Amino acid sequence: MATRHSRSAARLMMAPAVILLLGWMLVPLTMTLWFSFRKYLPMRGGDLGGVGFDNYVRFVTSSAFWPSVQATLVIVGGVLAITVTFGVLLALLLDQPIWGQGIVRILVIAPFFVMPTVSALVWKNMFMDPVNGLLAHLWGFFGAEPVQWLSQAPLASIILIVAWQWLPFATLILLTAIQSLDSEQLEAAEMDGAPPLSRFGHIVLPHLGRAITVVVLIQTIFLLSIFAEIFVTTQGSFGTRTLTYLIYQRVLESQNVGLGSAGGIYAVILANIVAIFLMRIVGKNLDA
Amino acid sequence: MGQITLEKVTKSFGDVEVIPPLDLTIQDGEFTVFVGPSGCGKSTLLRLIAGLEDISGGTISIDGQDATSIPPAKRGLAMVFQSYALYPHMSVRKNIAFPMRMAGLPKDEQDRRIAQAAEALNLTDYLDRRPGQLSGGQRQRVAIGRAIVREPSAFLFDEPLSNLDAALRVGMRLEISELHKRLATTMIYVTHDQVEAMTMADRIVVLRAGHIEQVGSPLELYRSPRNTFVAGFIGSPRMNFIEGAAAQALGAHTIGIRPEHIDVAAQDAPWQGTVGVAEHLGSDTFFHVHGTGLAETLTVRAPGEVSFRHGDRIGLAPRTQEFHRFDAEGLRIA
Repeated sequence: MATRHSRSAARLMMAPAVILLLGWMLVPLTMTLWFSFRKYLPMRGGDLGGVGFDNYVRFVTSSAFWPSVQATLVIVGGVLAITVTFGVLLALLLDQPIWGQGIVRILVIAPFFVMPTVSALVWKNMFMDPVNGLLAHLWGFFGAEPVQWLSQAPLASIILIVAWQWLPFATLILLTAIQSLDSEQLEAAEMDGAPPLSRFGHIVLPHLGRAITVVVLIQTIFLLSIFAEIFVTTQGSFGTRTLTYLIYQRVLESQNVGLGSAGGIYAVILANIVAIFLMRIVGKNLDA
Repeated sequence: MGQITLEKVTKSFGDVEVIPPLDLTIQDGEFTVFVGPSGCGKSTLLRLIAGLEDISGGTISIDGQDATSIPPAKRGLAMVFQSYALYPHMSVRKNIAFPMRMAGLPKDEQDRRIAQAAEALNLTDYLDRRPGQLSGGQRQRVAIGRAIVREPSAFLFDEPLSNLDAALRVGMRLEISELHKRLATTMIYVTHDQVEAMTMADRIVVLRAGHIEQVGSPLELYRSPRNTFVAGFIGSPRMNFIEGAAAQALGAHTIGIRPEHIDVAAQDAPWQGTVGVAEHLGSDTFFHVHGTGLAETLTVRAPGEVSFRHGDRIGLAPRTQEFHRFDAEGLRIA
């Protein structure tokens, strides 16, 4: 019955979802594009007419732009490095037959279910607080001066918080990849005289290659837009102002919607470049 | 060199004993086939020899040296796996080179051996391809190539042909036999297919539930199976077993006669029956005969041109000197 008739019925049934999705995406995107070409200051006179590419130029040439790009890259890079490294190690560990495997796996996945705002607040107040935090007590126990995490090592602290949230995601994807490795390949390598470390380097890691790429790309898209973790901890001070946070400040703190929208369009373009790579790799994964 | 001796080897997984104490000696240069129905422990036995599983008791010696606690890589054995276990991200050349790379062989020696193996296995044109771009038979040859270049004292094959289609299987069977003739290295080959066992082996080890039922050359097993299990397992189509009066007349609990030892006789034949299914293979025809009063079905091999149809009456004359006699426990009566 895969006829013209059933195909048009399928289109009809998909239409509501497609229309909703398109509307949901296209309306805000079009509005952002529209505002990015206008001088729009809500508290100071409202829409003051079109200004061409002025907003785009001003956004890039502002003194806050390059530091924010740098902060974004440091956070994304740091989180990726931590989640991929520890994700591989945790996945290897969880792949071993251990007692209470099911419960351990659920516990490992748990951080993913905590909302970013909540987890950032928990980290800020319960771990990193220089007076009452657990880490301060730990430092004090060894007689060391407690670290003022969010002011002395602000970027590292945020990387730590975000990495904690994303580690379960990386672990989960990598664990499924490890489980799909044919055990006979490892046995063949063992017969071929490869010690455990070479087996990891020559067999396991190449096998994980594609999964690692997928983890990196998906995480990059989400990490480029982290906001809550910065908002509830440093508020963008101490060099933790990322591109996303800069856009937020332009729109809400400086009340300059046009300038913020221009920044938003830059972010959309950046995210789409990553997304194109992601689609290609995931698509190839499905073909193979 | 490649003499492998198993002494009182046992293997248990938890409380389940899959290999009860087992003794076996495999001579240097011999092509030994482990054959048995699935779950008989033949693959486990091979993995014990390879060292991929730890034995629960007993000793394994290779060339007179106790190898029980030697890790698999140091035993000097090479294994070809059922799934070929090629490394998908490496080219054929790198796959074949891998064991030599791990052993730290000089580069020119590696190249020499790769070229030699590729020549012998017709892989020269495929050296730069990935395993994913090869057919099943080619992958099989790469796996064999990877085993050859190590120059092992024995090859272990774990059902290597079961993933190939029938025509390719026959071809690879010949290639492996020829390889054995050329290298004259010990080979242990696991299969559930008795045809592979019969055609390739110098010696067949028939296993059931971890027990060795019989060890012998293909023809020994065919001519004088030690019990009804071996008699039924070796030979195709399966031997016919007859119980009751006809068996007692010959002083046995069960008598067996192979389909090829029953002749089709038109009249006044000792056995009479009705043809059920007739399988025409061209060279031979197999008749499944019912209603003989001896067994539910008797299988008979007749020349290809004999034409009986479903429901025809048929007369059968067994060659009486070819009867195998078994007692109530299923053991052969000499």
